[in-house]
Amino acid sequence: MTAIRFLVNGAPVELEAPGMRRLLDVLREDLGLTGTKEGCGEGECGACSVILDGEVVVSCLVPACQVDGRIIRTVEGLAARTPDGRILDDLQAAFLATGGAQCGMCTPGMLLSARVYLDAGGGPDEDAIREAIAGNLCRCTGYTKIIEAIALAAETGRRPAGA
Amino acid sequence: MTSRTPDRPGALSTVATPPRPAVRPAEAVIIAPGIAVRGHLITRGPIRREGPAKLTGDAQYADDLVFPGAWYGATIRSNLARARFLALELDPGFDWSNVVVITAADIPGEPLMGAVKGLTPDQPVLVPLGGEIQHHSEPLALIAAPDRRTLRAARRGVTVRTEPLPPVFDPLDSDKVFVSHDVVAGDLAAGFAAADMVLEGEYRMGHQEQLYIENQAMIAVPTEDGGVTVHGSLQCPYYVHPALMRALAIDARQARVVQAETGGGFGGKEEYPSLLAVHASLLALKCRKPVRMIYERHEDIAATTKRHPAVVRHRTGVLRDGTLVAQEIEVILDGGAYCTLSPVVLGRSTTHAGGPYRCPNVRITSRAVRTNTPPNGAFRGFGAPQVIFPVETHLNRIAEALGISPLEIRRRNVYRLGDVTPTGQVLSSSVAGLEVLERAAEAVDFDAARAVTQQARLTGQGWDSVATSPLRSPDRPSASGIGIALAWHGCGFTGSGELRYNSIVTIELDATGQVRVLAANTEMGQGTRTILPMIAAQALGIPSDEVEYAPQDTALVPNSGPTVASRTATIVGGLLVNAARQLRAEVEARSGGRSFAKAYREDAARHGPSRASAQYQPFPGQPFDERAFTGDPYPAWGWAACVARVDVDLDTGEVAVRDVVAVDDAGVVVHPILAEGQVEGGTLQAIGYATIEEMKVQDGRYLNDRLATYLIPTAVDAPRITAIMVESPFDGVPHGAKGLGEMPMDVGAPAVIAAIHDATGIWIDRLPATPERVLAGLTASAGANESGRPGSGGHDRPGGRP
Ligand code: FES
Ligand code: FES
Repeated sequence: MTAIRFLVNGAPVELEAPGMRRLLDVLREDLGLTGTKEGCGEGECGACSVILDGEVVVSCLVPACQVDGRIIRTVEGLAARTPDGRILDDLQAAFLATGGAQCGMCTPGMLLSARVYLDAGGGPDEDAIREAIAGNLCRCTGYTKIIEAIALAAETGRRPAGA
Repeated sequence: MTSRTPDRPGALSTVATPPRPAVRPAEAVIIAPGIAVRGHLITRGPIRREGPAKLTGDAQYADDLVFPGAWYGATIRSNLARARFLALELDPGFDWSNVVVITAADIPGEPLMGAVKGLTPDQPVLVPLGGEIQHHSEPLALIAAPDRRTLRAARRGVTVRTEPLPPVFDPLDSDKVFVSHDVVAGDLAAGFAAADMVLEGEYRMGHQEQLYIENQAMIAVPTEDGGVTVHGSLQCPYYVHPALMRALAIDARQARVVQAETGGGFGGKEEYPSLLAVHASLLALKCRKPVRMIYERHEDIAATTKRHPAVVRHRTGVLRDGTLVAQEIEVILDGGAYCTLSPVVLGRSTTHAGGPYRCPNVRITSRAVRTNTPPNGAFRGFGAPQVIFPVETHLNRIAEALGISPLEIRRRNVYRLGDVTPTGQVLSSSVAGLEVLERAAEAVDFDAARAVTQQARLTGQGWDSVATSPLRSPDRPSASGIGIALAWHGCGFTGSGELRYNSIVTIELDATGQVRVLAANTEMGQGTRTILPMIAAQALGIPSDEVEYAPQDTALVPNSGPTVASRTATIVGGLLVNAARQLRAEVEARSGGRSFAKAYREDAARHGPSRASAQYQPFPGQPFDERAFTGDPYPAWGWAACVARVDVDLDTGEVAVRDVVAVDDAGVVVHPILAEGQVEGGTLQAIGYATIEEMKVQDGRYLNDRLATYLIPTAVDAPRITAIMVESPFDGVPHGAKGLGEMPMDVGAPAVIAAIHDATGIWIDRLPATPERVLAGLTASAGANESGRPGSGGHDRPGGRP
């Protein structure tokens, strides 16, 4: 057992876990953040993607000991929390508008890969978006509406008054 | 269960009317309880109900559900394709006191399962000791333990003793036929005698994995009355329900099935969840704890159903102008080790085998046979893709031999209103084959585009014609091509399937004034929870967000049949309209001429709850004779066309599908975004089927049973897909909708294969068109041509390219 401290979606977390426990299990089972999904457990599908210090990682391959002192963002951290409830961020709203989520299993990982892409200044260019989500498999959508959603969010984000 | 949102079981009675959209101080618009967006969401159609929860991580899939004190279950499986099961040995050195073990001897009810009512139960829940193992990864025993570590250790303590038996892997060698059909129309011999040309061909397809991103998952919770409630990832609650009753010998009330949020199904969660639910329940009843059985990807691929591999043979007679005069077709499906749904799949293969083309003299023989591989089952398209690829490719070969364009030969033969199919069905309404074909051709200016690729091929310039090809570089020549395909797809079950289910749908107005649809049809990505309330709301004349969709829980909703066969919008939607109209008439009758919309809340307050139900009634037309295979197998047909453009790397044989236009006739489009989503997703699965998805089978075992080895298209591989919707309403249902979800799966592969031919001149007769197969074709064709250039004798490969 190792003591591990990190920030998840802005909140400090401190827990005891075997150092090699998968970050995915820490999030889902120890912290109840089940928005992060498991699709393969071996780094191939991207369903378990989270943002670790600004980079997308597959949490099924990250041991808990490696996140000590770091900053994690999961799908639960995208929407803004207000006293009246949560407000979807521009990307989530764009997925809703274009139909980017079907069964929803790939969605959390897609949103986070797209978030990092947009935060790094990514624009609405289709090929660049395809590259950005190349590590996230989706079996439902054919990717078309996911790409549309990310492009839409990129455009919304560029409008000064939008975001 | 600790989670509780309005869509969860048990919460039904406490659900309030969802808040109506209202502008908040922060200009946020509420779109779901507790969830808002800033500003106005610009979208087409109502906001998808399933959307917000899936975007925030709130949606609860089976593995997300928490049951305190739950145990973990696992399956002990065979590692031979055929063998006698001699013994199950438990390591005496291991402490078994905290582990439960289940074998076939512990099954209280029927030891054999059948996929659905009416099919022979032949699949053992667990292979009994002394019994025969029929496939690799077959379940032999079950174990459960309070934690994963104990479970893993217990697993290592189990040894299986078997004695190998000779397996059968080639469906052509199998002597066990699950079911067969022989359809005859006209006079085949006369047809061939009249033909100007006769062409034969054989086409093969392998397994395809559904590869839903959420693996199979089931949690069984024992109840106080000796029964069990299962929460799982599943398509058909009322398949699982009778399966539990049979195997566990419990009654209808003791068995309860609740669908968790389901992360994709595509047919893969049609029948398999029944077996998994029985497994989890057997363990739960024995240890008296909730038991979680969540498959890992490897187990999911190794053990669950796939698309049936097929061998299809065509012998076709045509006139010089391309008119079909005789079709002799043989279809062989590899059913795998048990019957499961093979007879139903074969029914669809048989009715679709001739393709959407008029031909007076036809014979279609078909059979589904047993081999020693895991049972094959439902997968989007359900037996149709396996016959559409052959008939479309064969037709292209005929067109080429006659010097007719692939577009023109389809125009000449496609069914028109009033034509008669091989089973004797008169196509009397909603016949849109020509329309979808023309729309697809027009969208890409097919003739002009093909003239360019043809010219390039004939002059040997094909390799440089694709300036934007991702494959192209000075030393990697590629060729581009365009291909078209056309298909029909019968709506709903084949034959008397609907009659057997006798589906029932209920709509209720409860005492609080809430309107609610009660149906067993599940959401797994397609938007069921959005479209069924839309259909009901329209019939009631109220906004769709005033209609709630009850959770898919067998304790709450009636059996409206399974969520398969693209039947939800057509059949269930049709019943819903009828039920809604009854409810509306009833309320309006006692409201003194006021409309339902104005009167319903007050009506509920004054008269209490009301309910109306509608039950399936056979459609007019000729009844279908299952034995003779004559009559109307479907009340209506949907029509689909697809155009694909590909680049083929002539050195590696790699195929890149560049863009695809898919045109589908859904009768009536209920929700434009959801409809397009179905077309885009189905099309990409078809492209995977055509190009990269191949199950490698060795000694009856799937070798590539991981995501690293069974590849599906990524965002980078995927072409741009344009969905065009055509609406040719079906007059047999009040709202006109036909099925949609499966059609794109039928046409994608033949369009891609046609495009590969257009680019290279080679015919791929076996899916998928892997680089090895394409290269073999190029090499063979180069060998056949002295010049060494594939496809069209003449020039050698251009030497000095820029
Ligand atoms: S679960 Fe981590 S990549 Fe698939
Ligand atoms: S929406 Fe189902 S996997 Fe992407």
